[in-house]
Amino acid sequence: MPVHDEMRDERGVRPYYERFQRWLERQGSERMARKRAEADLLFRRVGITFAVNGDLSGTERLIPFDLIPRIIPADEWALLEAGLRQRAQALNLFLHDVYHERNIVRADVIPAQQIYTNAQYRPEMQDIDVPLGVYALVAGIDIVRDGRDGAFYVLEDNLRVPSGVSYMLENRKMMMRLFPDLFVQDRIAPVAHYPDLLLDTLRSVAPAGVDDPNVVVLTPGMYNSAYFEHTFLAQQMGVELVEGKDLFVEDNYVFMRTTQGPRRVDVIYRRVDDDYLDPLAFRADSALGVPGLLTAYRAGRVSLSNAMGTGVADDKSIYPYVPDMIRFYLGEAPILNNVPTWQCRKPDDLAYTLAHLPELVVKEVHGAGGYGMLVGPAATRDEIGAFRARLIARPSNYISQPTLSLSACPTFVDAGIAPRHIDLRPFVLSGRTVRMVAGGLTRVALKEGSLIVNSSQGGGTKDTWVLE
Amino acid sequence: MLSRTADHLFWMARYMERAENTARMLDINLKERLLPASSDSEARGLRAMLRISELEPAFDARHEAMTRANVLHFLVAEPDNPSSIYSCLHAARENARAVRGTLTTEWWETVNDTWLQFAGPLRGDELSAHPDALFEWVKFRSHLSRGVMLGTALQDDALFFTQLGTFLERADNTARILDVRFVEVDQSDSRSAARQLEDFYYWTSILGSVSALEIYRKVYRDVVTPARVVELLILNQQMPRSLLASLDGVCTNLALLRTDASREVERTAGKLRAELLYADLRQIFSTGVHTFLTQFLARVYELGNQVASTYLMLPVG
Repeated sequence: MPVHDEMRDERGVRPYYERFQRWLERQGSERMARKRAEADLLFRRVGITFAVNGDLSGTERLIPFDLIPRIIPADEWALLEAGLRQRAQALNLFLHDVYHERNIVRADVIPAQQIYTNAQYRPEMQDIDVPLGVYALVAGIDIVRDGRDGAFYVLEDNLRVPSGVSYMLENRKMMMRLFPDLFVQDRIAPVAHYPDLLLDTLRSVAPAGVDDPNVVVLTPGMYNSAYFEHTFLAQQMGVELVEGKDLFVEDNYVFMRTTQGPRRVDVIYRRVDDDYLDPLAFRADSALGVPGLLTAYRAGRVSLSNAMGTGVADDKSIYPYVPDMIRFYLGEAPILNNVPTWQCRKPDDLAYTLAHLPELVVKEVHGAGGYGMLVGPAATRDEIGAFRARLIARPSNYISQPTLSLSACPTFVDAGIAPRHIDLRPFVLSGRTVRMVAGGLTRVALKEGSLIVNSSQGGGTKDTWVLE
Repeated sequence: MLSRTADHLFWMARYMERAENTARMLDINLKERLLPASSDSEARGLRAMLRISELEPAFDARHEAMTRANVLHFLVAEPDNPSSIYSCLHAARENARAVRGTLTTEWWETVNDTWLQFAGPLRGDELSAHPDALFEWVKFRSHLSRGVMLGTALQDDALFFTQLGTFLERADNTARILDVRFVEVDQSDSRSAARQLEDFYYWTSILGSVSALEIYRKVYRDVVTPARVVELLILNQQMPRSLLASLDGVCTNLALLRTDASREVERTAGKLRAELLYADLRQIFSTGVHTFLTQFLARVYELGNQVASTYLMLPVG
């Protein structure tokens, strides 16, 4: 069966791609090759690179950038935006509920065990009020379009420290630098104001009584794979980029060490996982955190974004319940689909999964980054056998889903232009209201037939256009 | 500004300036080769160059023979030598990367691109084929990053800390470049060494290496003598690479960075500057130029430590 192609259907080029397609035909392959080389050079000079996790030599790689944009027509974006808003609202209400009244458990919508024995649940956060009641200020919600029916599905909700927004912004800047004419012929929704929205959102959660909050970005340091993004966002917002060792806690207030002496910090946009935030409370071996931060946070003297403990809502074992959350908290029907999910902790679901391994995707409940998963249709018999053994040994560690045949978008490859599978990560900002810029980061699996778009596994990116 | 940020800016500037001055020092040495000299004096010259950079033991540990090719490679391209041009440009870039958000985009791209080009294949072969062109290039990139900084950066603490690093390193490096010859003179009383002092070509190449030959002509309108070279490079306030001008730069930027805790470091810098401002050239020569420069270097080192403890150190605990 043909896979949903973002640019073409059986009648030819889709209307919202027509102008681009005519432009592309006029360019010629030599000019495009030159532009690709130029883009590589520019990315390297600007230093838009990522370090490979676990590689201590500090090797820096470019994320391959594809020159053919992924275009979303206005009506589809309107649907996505409404669905994303709804989802972010429900997830934040769920987090508040989990750490307060637990209504959703009492109503038997989600089993208590799924929440309160989850490693991502933080008992330290129980009954702590966070500003505005908002936990996930920044959410990166991964969306795919099914290659068969063309419908959108939410693949996962990233509510801890989602990354990638800097690539969304830099990709747009690069396209505008290389092909300014494209932006004259099509009306493309701008994205460059994202850092302003982010700063405004961060300022909105300042501790009570702070009028002009000092916002900082907390990074694990320059060897972290997303370091470029941390510096980029700090610079774009005009705030300090700090490491754990730049901060200290005194009398439950957080200060940063400056050349003029200590200066109070009010809001920390932290790009460090919960476990590493405070060596006194969590991992004692963490050199990335700030001793005493948790106590200051619980006392309400400093705000964290995202809040501590958001991981309990984006865990793959909670994911199947998000549509129920939407109905429970908002009284609305979910706008965006969840991918049907079998929870292997349930005997029936496990039996089904074991019987259908060659057609399913099986994921670790706490996994991320495309690691530790089985893609049935792409796996060898031996790989499936090995995975079956792991699955039987720890069923509750896994969920399974049908293999979505992701939609594809034309992409430059060695042999010319060919369709490659893509996904989409829009960034949803929740403060006093829910806001987002149109579009998001489109990732593309550059290997033919591959469904894995993660940059750590050979994925690339594209500019994402929402047409106005 | 964060102490850590200031620290990275300070060292980024110091490494860039050091790369430039190493290129300048090597350039004189290269030009000397074009003059007739005994192989014995060539080896002495190479050794003096290493000694002045305090790199003699590190060189001997890695290389058997004191050949020009070995010394050049050691000072330019060896990653194991923390003072090689390679290491300096890398360290400048890594420090810049750690605070790239503080730098303007053009400024960061210049520092990053300098490193990428130097480490890339084009520049790699140039050391053996056209070392003079390579040294010119290093100097030029240092000029470029300074120009981009002055032309684009906000005039705030970030700029002042960067300039502080530049001037402190320049004071140190000019003193060392000048000392290359005096270290030989003070340590041997042979007449051949003394005669070298009179060597017109040597002194003109020293002047050339710190871009001071035309300045010399303009200031003195007379023949090149060692005493005047020393005066120009140590005491002339208008000569941008002189010790006094460098100390002026240090003091100006320290004043812009004044805090409640900076009194002591300003005092140290101000005193050193005042001593240069009112120094007597005859007295420097009677003390011995090498002795004078050695004391100066020790005091610049101490000043650097004081800058670090005043502004840059992260308190422990």
